[in-house]
Amino acid sequence: MTNSKLDAKIPEGSIDQKWTKYKSSVPLVNPANKRSLEIIVVGTGLAGASAASTLAEMGYKVKAFCFQDSPRRAHSIAAQGGINAAKNYQNDGDSVYRLFYDTIKGGDYRSREGNVHRLAEVSSNIIDQCVAQGVPFAREYGGLLSNRSFGGTQVQRTFYAAGQTGQQLLLGAYSSLQRQVGMGNVKLYARHEMMDVVVIDGKARGIIARDLVSGKLERHFGHAVVLASGGYGNVFFLSTNAMGSNVTAAWKAHKKGAYFANPCFTQIHPTCIPVSGDHQSKLTLMSESLRNDGRIWVPAKQEDAAAVRAGQLKPNDIAEENRDYYLERRYPAFGNLVPRDVASRAAKERCDAGFGVNKTGQAVYLDYASAIERYGKIEATKQNLTHPDKATITALGKAVVKEKYGNLFDMYEQITGVNPYNEPMQIYPAVHYTMGGLWVDYNLMTTVPGLYAIGEANFSDHGANRLGASALMQGLADGYFVLPYTIGAYLSTEIRTKSIPTDHEAFAEAENKVQQTIDTLINIKGTKSVDYYHKRLGKIIWDQCGMARNEAGLKAAIAEVQALRAEFWSNVRVPGTANEFNTELEKASRVADFLELGELMCMDALNRNESCGGHFREEFQTEEGEAQRDDANYSYVAAWELTGDNQWTLNKEELKYENIKIAARSYK
Amino acid sequence: MKITLKVWRQKNTNTSGQFETYKLDHVSEDMSFLEMFDVLNEQLINEGKEPVVFDHDCREGICGMCSMYINGRPHGPKHGVTTCQLHMRSFKDGDIIVVEPWRAAAFPVLKDLSVDRSSFDRIMSAGGFVSVNAGNAQDANNLPIGKEIADEAFMSAACIGCGACVAACKNASAMLFVSAKVSQLALLPQGQPEAKRRAIAMVNQMDAEGFGACTNTGACSAECPKEISLSNIARLNREYLSASFTAQVD
Repeated sequence: MTNSKLDAKIPEGSIDQKWTKYKSSVPLVNPANKRSLEIIVVGTGLAGASAASTLAEMGYKVKAFCFQDSPRRAHSIAAQGGINAAKNYQNDGDSVYRLFYDTIKGGDYRSREGNVHRLAEVSSNIIDQCVAQGVPFAREYGGLLSNRSFGGTQVQRTFYAAGQTGQQLLLGAYSSLQRQVGMGNVKLYARHEMMDVVVIDGKARGIIARDLVSGKLERHFGHAVVLASGGYGNVFFLSTNAMGSNVTAAWKAHKKGAYFANPCFTQIHPTCIPVSGDHQSKLTLMSESLRNDGRIWVPAKQEDAAAVRAGQLKPNDIAEENRDYYLERRYPAFGNLVPRDVASRAAKERCDAGFGVNKTGQAVYLDYASAIERYGKIEATKQNLTHPDKATITALGKAVVKEKYGNLFDMYEQITGVNPYNEPMQIYPAVHYTMGGLWVDYNLMTTVPGLYAIGEANFSDHGANRLGASALMQGLADGYFVLPYTIGAYLSTEIRTKSIPTDHEAFAEAENKVQQTIDTLINIKGTKSVDYYHKRLGKIIWDQCGMARNEAGLKAAIAEVQALRAEFWSNVRVPGTANEFNTELEKASRVADFLELGELMCMDALNRNESCGGHFREEFQTEEGEAQRDDANYSYVAAWELTGDNQWTLNKEELKYENIKIAARSYK
Repeated sequence: MKITLKVWRQKNTNTSGQFETYKLDHVSEDMSFLEMFDVLNEQLINEGKEPVVFDHDCREGICGMCSMYINGRPHGPKHGVTTCQLHMRSFKDGDIIVVEPWRAAAFPVLKDLSVDRSSFDRIMSAGGFVSVNAGNAQDANNLPIGKEIADEAFMSAACIGCGACVAACKNASAMLFVSAKVSQLALLPQGQPEAKRRAIAMVNQMDAEGFGACTNTGACSAECPKEISLSNIARLNREYLSASFTAQVD
């Protein structure tokens, strides 16, 4: 079904000229008018903080909202490994085109050429901007910036700050935001949750927010509303997302008419610390950068794997010839640096075949022994040590590894109690990122005029699989360099719109509806906690709509989610009242939205009769077990429109590849 | 293992609080401290009681949201970790653990273990930035910065803004937090043009928020989950002093 709302509005012209021409021709808003235009930004991660500060710098009146106690705590802070940019500082043949190409290919040919090329174009500016802010990126002794490589690429284009790149970039954006707050250009609303979008005459005109401390509902007007509220990975309950990360803002927008695109495209990150027990509340990622130097393996013999699981055999006792470095074996060209979806599935395949290693059998090894030896030898040579003994080499090598990955190794030891310098780490894939999200056009506007989605909250750049170090790039690209231009195209038509008083009936109606939902949740007074339902939902989605999916499983999951949702609404227990600091109520209202999204994810996965990127349908694979795309029938964005209570219609945006030849994605 | 918790309960900022005692019978040593609180809250909900409000988010030691004062120490007994990274293997069967919120006049208690740290944001707004708008920054490699300087700036920038330094300080001083940000930007060339203005503005805001004075006890650095060095405070003092004498600020 084609739909006029799904016009991506990609500018005409050659791919490398689209953005340049767009910028030169987009209507501008004069400074005096900017002062009277109000913009609401929901979320203060990389996308939200950079957008809010940049829009304020340009002269707009901005209100920024976050549910955390400070904008600095948004979950971008936890990104470890790095940020990509096509600087070609390493002189290894990188270019805007290569970053564009890698991203499209990495996304398994399910993203939009125009948006991705623009992302690659502005990537360089991001690094410049962050350095100007004082972000302390890693540097070489000569004072120039250092780079490393990430999965799915053959160049070194990743900039980093130890294993805390997200933190440093967010603190940069946060400092710019706080500067604008101090100047009075941004009004900050921390500990506030967006509960609904207010739509008047078909345009987004504000939000209903809940002050999480007082419990009071507030009405806020904006000429435009920008959602930078992140992804929906917490639908799985266990994920690497922060505990508070949620889909509520995006989902409320969806319910007000914004299409939700490709919800089944979720990223399972290959290197996370395995689950230790039922009490587990979240999963911890070990940065993909570890795959630069670490080698991934499982025992080659099933009896060895069984002995390891029983605690009778240690990994260091397994001889080299009895180890299966399965990524290097299957993908010699990229080895341990294959993209995330490929690495995750390969781990699952080995574990399902009985080669997994921890008590649960759901883990593989990430081994630094050979990196330690290699670095130790290089150091010994540097220090002119002739014939160093093994202990010296190991000590030197460990020092190098500590310098590069020290904080990650420490974190592993804190969580597991095992020293990874001496024994291989155990890792297993975990939910990490969601490529799907609100459908947006080239302007990053959703199907609701005046409502924008940026960063992980939109679907636009990563197709069916995101490459490592590209989330930070996209968040900051959208916030610093894209939205501040594109929003002008809309706001230039709004200069005659006066601020709408929040006693307008649309605000009252939206607030009443939110209040009713809250009252309903409080008054169910059932017998089970919110977490009880969230965990059950997570298990259904992980089992049936996780790393591998199939028709029967997805159909069963849809029925299970529907039943669970009904049970939730009749038996959840939310203690306390609405008009107070009530963390259970916060969780309940978020889980209520996950219970609807979960069904749509399964529907989307069921609809897509192909395997691509993070979406692996067991029915569609090659003889070697690789994903099998169906370009003839599924080269489209699935944009779901809500047409009634948990009723959706599928709209399709055809994807056209004019600059990249579609090919089977091979990392062999 | 069995654990007894004495937890501070306070309905809101304007009421007084008290300790409540809770017993947990099945605590696994693999649980994080916060996961133990999840278990406690599940138990309280099932008993029809109100769960304990506590701040937390990333649960991997980087967001700085978690903030429990455990047995008289911010983030508990282990060195260099946040509450969320503290695991129950650091405790033993039968332990009695006392859990309080951060205590400081500038961090009012909102409810139970949750406090208001927005004073930190206001200190940042006073000067914790480089005034550079998004747009046309020069090429990043046009500004070489020696690795040693970059690394040192990074060590200061690693502060997560949790407020443990304030909670640990007998004077509830925010000097370690403020000095970490001032140091990061004082070390880097990008921070130079505003260095004097920044040091004075951030210190003034810190004082206005009601944080106490620094008496160089060093508890802040000793308890800091990111091991921010006390030398940052020395640098802030130098920056502030020289700025006080030489700055041309209005």
